[in-house]
Amino acid sequence: MNLPAHTPTHPRMEEASHGNSRGPGGPDGWNSNSDHGGDHDQPRLATAKAGLWLFLVTATVVFSMLLSAYVERKTGTDWSILPRLGILWLNTGFLVLSSAAMEWARRLARRGDLQGTRFWWLLGGAFAVLFLLGQLLAWQALYIAGYGLSSNPSSSFFYLLTTLHGLHLLAGLIAWGWATVSIVRLPETALAKSGIKIELCALFWHFLLLVWLAIFGFIWFVS
Amino acid sequence: MQEHAAGLPETHGHEETHQHEPTGFWTKYIFSQDHKVIAMQYTITALLVGVVGMVFSWLMRLQLAFPGQLSLIQPDNYLQFMTQHGMIMVIYLLTAFLLGGFGNYLIPLMIGARDMAFPFLNMMSYWTYFVSVILLFAAFIVPGGPSGGGWTIYPPQSILPGASPGSEWGIRLLLMSLAVFVASGTMGGLNYVTTVLQLRAKGMTLMYLPLSVWGIFVASVLALLAFPALFVGGVMLLLDSLAGTSFFIPLVNQFGRQLGHEGGNPILFQHLFWYFGHPEVYIVILPAMGVVSDIIANFSRKPIFGYKAMVISILAIGGLSFLVWAHHMFVSGMNPYFAFWFAIATLAVAIPSAVKTYNWMLTLWGGNLWFTTPMLYAIGFVSTFVAGGLTGLYLGNTAVDVPLTDTYFVVAHFHLVMGVSAILGIFAGIYYWFPKAIGRMYNETLGKLHFWVTFVGTYAIFFPMYWLGAAGMPRRYYTNEAVTQLPPSSHELNIFITIAALTVGAAQLVFAFNLVWSIFKGKKAEGNPWKATSLEWQTPQTPPVHGNWGPTEPVVYRWAYDYSVPGASQDFTPQNVAGGPAQKAKASGKTKH
Repeated sequence: MNLPAHTPTHPRMEEASHGNSRGPGGPDGWNSNSDHGGDHDQPRLATAKAGLWLFLVTATVVFSMLLSAYVERKTGTDWSILPRLGILWLNTGFLVLSSAAMEWARRLARRGDLQGTRFWWLLGGAFAVLFLLGQLLAWQALYIAGYGLSSNPSSSFFYLLTTLHGLHLLAGLIAWGWATVSIVRLPETALAKSGIKIELCALFWHFLLLVWLAIFGFIWFVS
Repeated sequence: MQEHAAGLPETHGHEETHQHEPTGFWTKYIFSQDHKVIAMQYTITALLVGVVGMVFSWLMRLQLAFPGQLSLIQPDNYLQFMTQHGMIMVIYLLTAFLLGGFGNYLIPLMIGARDMAFPFLNMMSYWTYFVSVILLFAAFIVPGGPSGGGWTIYPPQSILPGASPGSEWGIRLLLMSLAVFVASGTMGGLNYVTTVLQLRAKGMTLMYLPLSVWGIFVASVLALLAFPALFVGGVMLLLDSLAGTSFFIPLVNQFGRQLGHEGGNPILFQHLFWYFGHPEVYIVILPAMGVVSDIIANFSRKPIFGYKAMVISILAIGGLSFLVWAHHMFVSGMNPYFAFWFAIATLAVAIPSAVKTYNWMLTLWGGNLWFTTPMLYAIGFVSTFVAGGLTGLYLGNTAVDVPLTDTYFVVAHFHLVMGVSAILGIFAGIYYWFPKAIGRMYNETLGKLHFWVTFVGTYAIFFPMYWLGAAGMPRRYYTNEAVTQLPPSSHELNIFITIAALTVGAAQLVFAFNLVWSIFKGKKAEGNPWKATSLEWQTPQTPPVHGNWGPTEPVVYRWAYDYSVPGASQDFTPQNVAGGPAQKAKASGKTKH
C-alpha cells in the first residue's frame, strides 16, 4: 500500500488559519503554482488518495475472495468449460485504451494542457463505455450459447465476476461524468479545480484494468 | 469510487463547513456531517437494536428454564430468536457501536482534528447502516419470518425451503441487510483509517496516540480486510437462494424430490464466513481493549504499563486474526496438518492477549486507584476477558475442541470473552465520556448499582454454562429432554441462569434511567472532570462544538500517559502542554519530535 506518510499539517488546519483569504487561482493549490512542485506535498490530494487506496485494498480483497472461491469450486465434477468468447479480447483492448487515455489525461492536466486533457479524458470515458457495452454483448453471446446465470457454476462465476467489475466501472463512470461537467466548463486557468478528480479517476481506472486482467486471465486460462 | 467521489465535494467545501455551522434542524441533527452527531446517531441506533437482541435472549432463556410453558416460544421461534440475537449483537450492536459510535466520537477529538477526513461519506455510512437495520427488521414481517438458520447462516439449511425457519425471504433480507452493512462499514472504515493517518494534529506521532485510537484504528483496518469476505459469501448465498445457482448447495434430495442444485460446496461458505467471522470478534474487542487501557491508566493515575508492547500486541492480534479462521471448522473435516496449523496459530493469540492483560494488571499495581463507575467497568472487562479468554486455549486445541463443539462450553467462552467483555468496555466508555459528550455528570450511585448487578449477573449467567457444556448440554437446542447424559441438576442450573439473565436485563433499566435523567438533570460537568491528559478533554467547550477546537487546533508535545510525573505541578500533564517534566523513560515517542 502506498499510503502517504504522516502530514503534520492537514488541510483543515491550513484552512482555519487562511480562511477565505485565498486567491481564486486554485483553492487547493493543485497545479496552480508550478513553482511548488508536484502534488505529493498537497495534503488534500494525499488524504483523498489515501482514502481511495484503502478502498482499492478492500475491493482487491473482494475480487481475491471471489477468485479463490472460483478456483475451489472449479474442482467440482459438474464444472463445464465456457465457450471461448473472442469479444472478451476486444473488450480487454477497450479497457487498456481507456486506462491509457485516462493516464494521458492525468499527465496533460499536470502540465496544465486543458485542451489535451479534455480530449483524452473524454476518450478515456468513451472507451470505458465501449468496454461495458462489449461486456453486455459477451453476456448475450454466452446466454445464446445456452449458459444462463444458474446453468453451470462456471457461468455463475462469469456473470458474478463481470457484474461486480462492471458495477465498479459504472460507479467510476458516474464519478467521471460528474468530473466531466467541471472539466468541460472550466476556463483554462482553473484546471486545478479538477486536478484531484482526474488523479483519482486515473488511479481507479488502472486498478479496474488490473482487476479485469485478473478476471479475464482466470476465465480464459484457469478453466 | 462513488464513495470517493462523494467525499470530494466536502473536501472542496471545508472552508464553509468549518466556518458556518449548519443551523437548520435537518442538517444539524438528521443529515449532519459532524462526527459527534453521527456518533450519537450510531450510539442511539445501536443501543436500541441491542435492546431487541437482549429481549430475544430472555425469550430463549425462558424456554430453557420453563420448557414449553410459553406458547409464544415454539421451536421455530426459538431458532429465529437465537439467530437474530447473534446477528444483532455481533454486527448491529457491537460492531456498529464500537466503530460507528466510539470511532466517530473519539478519533477526531483524540487526534486533534476538526472532523473526519470525508464528512459526507461519514454521514452516508450512518444512513446506510440505518437502511441495513431496516432490512434486518423487515424480515420480521415477511412470510416465514426472519431466518432461523443460526447466526453463522450455514448453507444448505439456511436457504433450503423448509430446512430452517425463514429460509426464503427471511434469509434473503438478512443477506441483503448484511451486504448493505458491509457497504456502511467500508465507508466508515475508510474514514477512520484515513483520518488517523492524515489528520493528526501537529506533533501527534503514531506513538503518541492514545490506545483507544490504536484499538479503533486497527479494528477499522481489520474491518476493511474482513468484511469483503462476508460480502462475497453473502452475495453468493443470495444468488443460490434467489437465482438457483449452485455455489454452495450440493445435490439435495428433499422429501424424495431432487432440488435444482448440483455440486456446490457448503464448506466453501464456512471458509468465507469465518475468514470474516474471526477477525470480526477482534474488530469488537480491540476498540474495547483500547478504551479500557485509557480508563485504567487514568483512574490509576499512572502511565499505562508498556505502551509500546500494548501497541505491538494490538497489531499482533490484528495480524493473527487472519490466520486462525478454520479453528471454527475443526469438525467440518479438514486435513490434520491444516488443523494443526490453525491450532498453533490460535494458541499464539494467547501471547499478545496475555501481554495486554499483564500490562493492565501492572498499571493497576501500586496505582492511586479511583473507583469510579468507568473504572469498575474497565476492571470488570479485564476479569471477564480472562475468564472467557483462558478457555480459548481449550477450544483452540483440535482434540479438546471436537467433543466440546456445539456445547454450552463454546457459548460460555465466546459470550464472556467477546460479548460480555465488549459490552463492559462499551459501558466503561459510555460512563467515561458521558460528561464530555453531554456536558453533565451521570449519577455515580446508580452507575455503581448498574455495574455490580451487571458484572456479578453476567458471571452468574455465563460461568455455569462452562459446567453445562462440559456435561454435554448442546447449544441451539429448543429442548434438552432427549439429551440423556445431562444430570437432573442441570435443569436447576438452567433456571438459575434464566433468573440471573432477567435480573441483568432489569439492571439495564437502571442504566437507561441514569442516562436519560442525567442528560436533562445531571450535575453540570466541567471540561475535564477525570483530570485526563488526552486531547478530547482539552476542548474549549464542553460538549465540544462544531469544529471542535475553536480558532486554533491543538499542538501535541507528549504522549497521552503523563500521569503522576515526578516534579510536575499537578498529577497529570495534558498532551497539548509544552515543556515541563515528562515520563521520559516510558514515553516511546520521545525521540520523534
